Amino acid sequence: MNYYESKDLDRFGEIGQFRGELAEKFFDYYNAVTGEDGALTKREKALIALAVAHAKQCPYCIDAYTTQCLENGANPDEMTEAVHVAAVMEAGMTLVHGVQMHNALRKRGAM
Amino acid sequence: MNMRLPSFEEKLAEHGLDLAPLGVETLQVNVTRLCNQACHHCHVDASPKRTEQMSRATVDRCLEILARNAAITKLDITGGAPELNPHFNYFVEAARRLNKHVMVRHNLTVTIDGNPQTGESKRYLPEFFARHRVEVISSLPYYQEFFTDKQRGNGVFKKSVESLRLLNEQGYGKSDGAQGFGLTLNLVYNPVGAFLPAPQESLERQFKKELESKFGVVFNSLFTITNMPINRFKKDLERLGAYEEYMTRLVNAFNPAAARGVMCRSLISVGHDGRLYDCDFNQMLDLNLSEESGGTVFDFDLDKLLNRKIIFGQHCYGCAAGAGSSCGGATAKESP
Repeated sequence: MNYYESKDLDRFGEIGQFRGELAEKFFDYYNAVTGEDGALTKREKALIALAVAHAKQCPYCIDAYTTQCLENGANPDEMTEAVHVAAVMEAGMTLVHGVQMHNALRKRGAM
Repeated sequence: MNMRLPSFEEKLAEHGLDLAPLGVETLQVNVTRLCNQACHHCHVDASPKRTEQMSRATVDRCLEILARNAAITKLDITGGAPELNPHFNYFVEAARRLNKHVMVRHNLTVTIDGNPQTGESKRYLPEFFARHRVEVISSLPYYQEFFTDKQRGNGVFKKSVESLRLLNEQGYGKSDGAQGFGLTLNLVYNPVGAFLPAPQESLERQFKKELESKFGVVFNSLFTITNMPINRFKKDLERLGAYEEYMTRLVNAFNPAAARGVMCRSLISVGHDGRLYDCDFNQMLDLNLSEESGGTVFDFDLDKLLNRKIIFGQHCYGCAAGAGSSCGGATAKESP
């Protein structure tokens, strides 16, 4: 028994069991954003979602958006590059806080 | 998880669909199970070791059927690698003399590899196809090496590109108009694993852009085909523990519009031994037409065939999922 079971994703709709009108608004919004080509293609949106899924480390989303990417014609090169974008953003966000460290060092006369 | 999935016929009934034959526009003839490749997804289980071949007498009988039935305007020759049948050239030449539209399911690499059993060269094929104005339909699972070789074997992508260039040199795949030669080259995409095909139109644009910019290769249309959960692909799914999940995806993606467009309503499939089937997939599952419908080419009767009941099974979900799937690609504009 794991906390995350891939088949549980099929039960996502259960969130609408209580306060269903809120879930409905969410799923309508979700489908409007991801379900069709807009200014971005579905393929591009799937790659963005895959990157976000990795940054947020959501196993459900990684599973679902790997399929979404494939079913929109993306390939492992593109998908891996999207994951690198997520990784490099995370790394950049960590490193750029080095400026805060420098501020603190300067404040203490240590730099 | 052992969910009972509805049978295909139950699903049709649920949607009030009665899929009766519409006609026989195409005679699809599987002339051999011999192939120079042994692809992961192949529903025919074709390979260099197979020996099944259509005889000259059966080829002649198919030609007789084509000659006698003006309504059958198309001959679709498939295999294995159909060019490895010893009567292949004769079949094409004779069908063209009957003024039939001839399509060949050509795997591209056979031009380069030749016959794996005899070593006979097949380098003449691009010129032969062009001379007889054959429509060439070729599998290329992706516009990159990784996916293509994963599904079809190491080195297949490079050989396929080489072969596509030879077809382009003959005038194949150029767009219609002043520069066109009217020689049609269509590519077939099928997913490399347990997922549904990407939308046909957007994938075609991507294929065209990538193949032309990276390899200077052009083609006319891309057909997307869903992997059928039978034979080699089914075993692969079972090995991955993904059969049930894949079937559930197909059932959930059932599209009535795609179901209405299933190819078995407008073609008859012929096995190498002359037996008749509703489609090439039923052929591989030995779902032979009943004797009352005319079980072989030697009892071929168009009227009886038009009144037959098409044999459906769970694999038929593959043709009715999403935007649909047929030997000519998607059958519906949109997935549900």
